[in-house]
Amino acid sequence: MRCSAGWLGKRNGKEIEMKQFLSFIRKEFYHIFRDRRTMLILLGMPIVQILLFGFAITTEVKEVQVAVFDPSRDVATQQIVESFRESPYFRLVEELDDVESIHTIFKYGKINLVIVFGENFAENLLHTGEASVQLITDGTEPNQASTITAYASNILADYAASLAEQGSLPYQIVPEIQMLYNPQSESAYNFVPGVMGLILMLICAMMTSIAIVREKETGTMEVLLASPMKPIYIILAKAVPYFVLSILNLVTILLLAVFVLHVPVAGSLVSLLFVSLVFIFLALSLGLLISTLIDTQMAAILASGMGLMMPTMLLSGLIFPIASMPIALQWISLIVPARWYIEAVRKIMIQGVGMEFALKELGVLLLMTAVLLVVSLKKFKIRL
Amino acid sequence: MYSVTASHISKSYGQVRALDDISFTVDKGEIFGLIGPDGAGKTTLFRILTTLLLPDAGSATVTGLDVVKDFWRIRNGIGYMPGRFSLYPDLTVEENLTFFATVFHTTIEENYSLIADIYKQIEPFKHRKAGKLSGGMKQKLALSCALIHKPTVLFLDEPTTGVDPVSRKEFWEMLVHLKSQGLSILVSTPYMDEASLCDRIALIQGGRFLRIDTPERIIESYPKPLFSVCASRMRSLLGDLRACRQVDSAFSFGASCHVTFRGEPDSAELADELRAKGYVDLWVEEIRPTVEDCFMLLSKESDDGN
Repeated sequence: MRCSAGWLGKRNGKEIEMKQFLSFIRKEFYHIFRDRRTMLILLGMPIVQILLFGFAITTEVKEVQVAVFDPSRDVATQQIVESFRESPYFRLVEELDDVESIHTIFKYGKINLVIVFGENFAENLLHTGEASVQLITDGTEPNQASTITAYASNILADYAASLAEQGSLPYQIVPEIQMLYNPQSESAYNFVPGVMGLILMLICAMMTSIAIVREKETGTMEVLLASPMKPIYIILAKAVPYFVLSILNLVTILLLAVFVLHVPVAGSLVSLLFVSLVFIFLALSLGLLISTLIDTQMAAILASGMGLMMPTMLLSGLIFPIASMPIALQWISLIVPARWYIEAVRKIMIQGVGMEFALKELGVLLLMTAVLLVVSLKKFKIRL
Repeated sequence: MYSVTASHISKSYGQVRALDDISFTVDKGEIFGLIGPDGAGKTTLFRILTTLLLPDAGSATVTGLDVVKDFWRIRNGIGYMPGRFSLYPDLTVEENLTFFATVFHTTIEENYSLIADIYKQIEPFKHRKAGKLSGGMKQKLALSCALIHKPTVLFLDEPTTGVDPVSRKEFWEMLVHLKSQGLSILVSTPYMDEASLCDRIALIQGGRFLRIDTPERIIESYPKPLFSVCASRMRSLLGDLRACRQVDSAFSFGASCHVTFRGEPDSAELADELRAKGYVDLWVEEIRPTVEDCFMLLSKESDDGN
């Protein structure tokens, strides 16, 4: 009997194993390139998502419904309200009598902005050169909210400037901006890290698990397992193409973010890529784990859709800020990998701080990767 | 040395006993057929022998190697064709074959002579996607892929299910040819007519072997004369036959019913009785039993025994 392990020399054996591995990877790329739907998801999704969010960010705000709470009722506040009335962007619809009604008015969803003047506004402004006004917006739509506050701040600044022209004192109106329900959302840029987390999770975890489960479903896994190919190589060969593609996607997203959306990479690019690599490994091991637990493509799609996409979208801070979630959901969000990745990317990419400020996130990601890898390799069966 | 041995193999899935105390051997250069309906346990047995499942009890060897301990060495030397179409439909014929050749540490060129007879028939379509092949061509490609590394034992799980009769015949001719080259083949099929092409067969039902023997001896052991009955109203014939006092067993076999008698067979009396019930174009004749008749009888006995 001539079985291959016997008659292959040792060095020759390694070479042939490598050839076997590469041939498997080539086959995997055939699968991807020949399936139009997969290609569309893999290459189209990042572009569409980034551009969609990008357009959401740059959407101009018009006809903003404004309510005013003005305890001062003096010349200055009257003039400011007047300039809001004249602005094409704002529409004054209500004057409030008390502070408490602010919350109820937002709940009805008719008002986008509430301007709250301080007491003795004109007096403060004239004597101290400083007066305070609150701009309250609905933070559940952070993009809109930040655009609205920017426009409103402009009007306030214009008024202060016109006063300064008349008098000698440099007047200052300090708008205190408060985003209800979403106090942390400082900038619309926050979507870019979120989309990165989502796309990488989708491609690495979901596509890898589907690709492995497909082999089980078509019965080819049976043939492969009954072959001399080491099962661990089967899995690795399955993961490599998706690893390559997710790097490609990462680069695409970053290029689009920088050159189309003008979101700069404020921090170190190397740190950003490093954290992303860790996250990609994490997502790949998650995909591997799913594929060891599940036997049909449909179930894999459901599991990664419900088990990965939903938490990634809803609990990672991509759409809803974590701080404003109920405590129970905040606890759950701790085990959502994308949460930590998005936080790390926000720090490095948007805030521009060094890696040393994202060590906690990085540590959590590394720990999660290690646990997932160990569990999925333990779960991985060398038989059916 | 036996190519395959199995002794007292049992396997359960939860409450379902898929295999119950199975023992048999396959000689070198023998075609051994597992004949039985769907759900009889054929695939489970294949998976245990190809090291893909662990038996709950019992032991088995392939080419003298234990299926549990030496599974790596077994995986190097066997060819396995699972029941479902197990190639990549989005790869071409040639890509499939090349891929499986590399997986098994070889190349098409190196072992071309092994598969030449079979592969030549599909080679004109080598740039066609495997998913677009006809059932018969798919089977030939799958067989080529299973043979490319020159295995010593070939495991074929229902290779002809869903294949047209002409291709089935061709496929069996190929198996006989492979056998002549010294390959041991374990093949399962739900088609009883294929049983006679095996050297030995095991009739399997409900996870138990009803009988292991050569097809001829199994047929010879049929205990009673067997009659075939044809008539005008086939639909009600089986029920009426079973209602006849002198009929021991009656089974429907497509265009006719196969009947055995209690006591001394009297076909003329049976024909009269049926005519009285209004049957015309009646045709009763003694026939040689087939493997299927034996299977029906054995499985009935086994059921009655339980």
